[in-house]
Amino acid sequence: MSAPREVRLSTTPTSRAIADLRLGDVVYLDGLMYTAREGVYMRALEDLANVPMELPSESAANFHCSPAARINADGSFDMGAVTATASFRFAKWLPEWMARTGARLIVGKGGMTSEDYKDYFVPNGAVYLSTVGYGTGALLGRGVERVEAVHWHEELGVAQAMWVIKCNRMGPFIVASDLNGDCLFERENAKIAENVARVYRGTKPAVMKRYGETDDRMDEVI
Amino acid sequence: MIPVQLIQETAEALMDKAAIEIPQDYLDGLRAAAETEDGDLSSFVLKAMLENYEVAKEDRRAMCGDTGVPRWFVKLGNETQVEGGMVALEAALRRATANSTNDVPLRPNRVHPLWRTDHNNNVGIGAPEIEYGFEPEPEGEWIDLITVHKGGLFGTDYRMLFPSDGIQGIRRFYLDSLMAFGKRGLACQPAIIGIGLGGSKDICMTLGKRASTLRVVGSRNSDARIAELEDEFKELGNSIGMGAMGFVGKNMVVDCNIEVGYCHTGGMPMSVHAFCLSSRRAVARVHADGRVAYRTDPDWFTDYQRRETIDWAPVMEAAE
Repeated sequence: MSAPREVRLSTTPTSRAIADLRLGDVVYLDGLMYTAREGVYMRALEDLANVPMELPSESAANFHCSPAARINADGSFDMGAVTATASFRFAKWLPEWMARTGARLIVGKGGMTSEDYKDYFVPNGAVYLSTVGYGTGALLGRGVERVEAVHWHEELGVAQAMWVIKCNRMGPFIVASDLNGDCLFERENAKIAENVARVYRGTKPAVMKRYGETDDRMDEVI
Repeated sequence: MIPVQLIQETAEALMDKAAIEIPQDYLDGLRAAAETEDGDLSSFVLKAMLENYEVAKEDRRAMCGDTGVPRWFVKLGNETQVEGGMVALEAALRRATANSTNDVPLRPNRVHPLWRTDHNNNVGIGAPEIEYGFEPEPEGEWIDLITVHKGGLFGTDYRMLFPSDGIQGIRRFYLDSLMAFGKRGLACQPAIIGIGLGGSKDICMTLGKRASTLRVVGSRNSDARIAELEDEFKELGNSIGMGAMGFVGKNMVVDCNIEVGYCHTGGMPMSVHAFCLSSRRAVARVHADGRVAYRTDPDWFTDYQRRETIDWAPVMEAAE
């Protein structure tokens, strides 16, 4: 058993730094990172609101996250734990978001499909970093040096707002895609698949089927 | 009579403990898993999680940024009365949930399903859930407050099976659930897996959820044959070859708990629930004289909760 390689990476990374990343590397981030999930994507891409940051010069790192945080009465912030949310749900907005903001590090939970990576990550020179666990909320919280700003919290609520955080060796994250468009999770699934038939041996399908097990709505489920 | 102010203060302390302090039984279970894990990546993940629990306690910071859905299980001794009645109790638990969301802080997770309204305090229609149980023993006035912050949009499923599906059908659906939600670690495994068998559809879900959240690692069902199944299913889940985050590994299930309820004679409904790597639960017993005793074992599934008889007369049964 070997420990994974550790890498420190800027949230405005050079092309070369991204190209050097390998699947399974453990990454710690430095610099500004912003959170964006469905609320931010809809407001920016569907309602066409102006994104209140200079992107990607301030940050090329989009975190699929809403932190456990508080906005105090004096306008200051307290951020506790920080954990990502599952990213696959945001695939419909990401190509346009990347084109518009130059995001090159997509940080979240569970990654995307290799199709997503090949279709729009690779052409944009972007890779996916997964949080670990999930979730190492306290560890990541420690990596937040300070909250720079929170945008759109009145419109979207605290959980969906766009939080801008200053990362100081924030991590760990795991490199889950590379510039070939390869997907760490699919690589692992393929290894696990070899054993699946063995664990299922002797079990039997349910006597009553469900739609989804047959996609033909003309079929019966018995 | 239990003072309602004491209930609210205790509930706030419980919200804080649940969010920050991993229960010892789960921690021991995960440490044991980490010792046996030999997958490179899944091993790294377990080490990071163990470190995360320490950091959470050191910093008094929530262990996970996703608060899950804070909820309450309340158990009352048969003679217990609450100052202001049960409406006052519910208000106290709702206030505690809202106050702690701000104070810890927790993420305000609860929104309206359609309008996405967020009060930024984890309180809303039906939120937090409050469920009740009653106990004949011990005598006297006491109330157990149990909070669970169960995470996970993933890791839960229900299916109506039938008697002819048998144990092999149960195994199949169990594996299907672990496979579906374990890939990419969406279920945040290794976790305590709860299985509900029987009941009506809603109770089947309730049994499974309670099996995962209200029983500790290492506990076994009082029915010896069900206890055997729990051992077998723990082993089965850990033999898939999948570990933390869906990486190659041998630890998917920290423990498997099964709870049953009588169901329709023609059916055998089944539900599967995964608690997560942040198995957040905290318990306190509040007495009428002001004593408060904190613990992490809800001790929900007593013989009384699992009773089969019309009347409850354990002393008479023992005398026979």
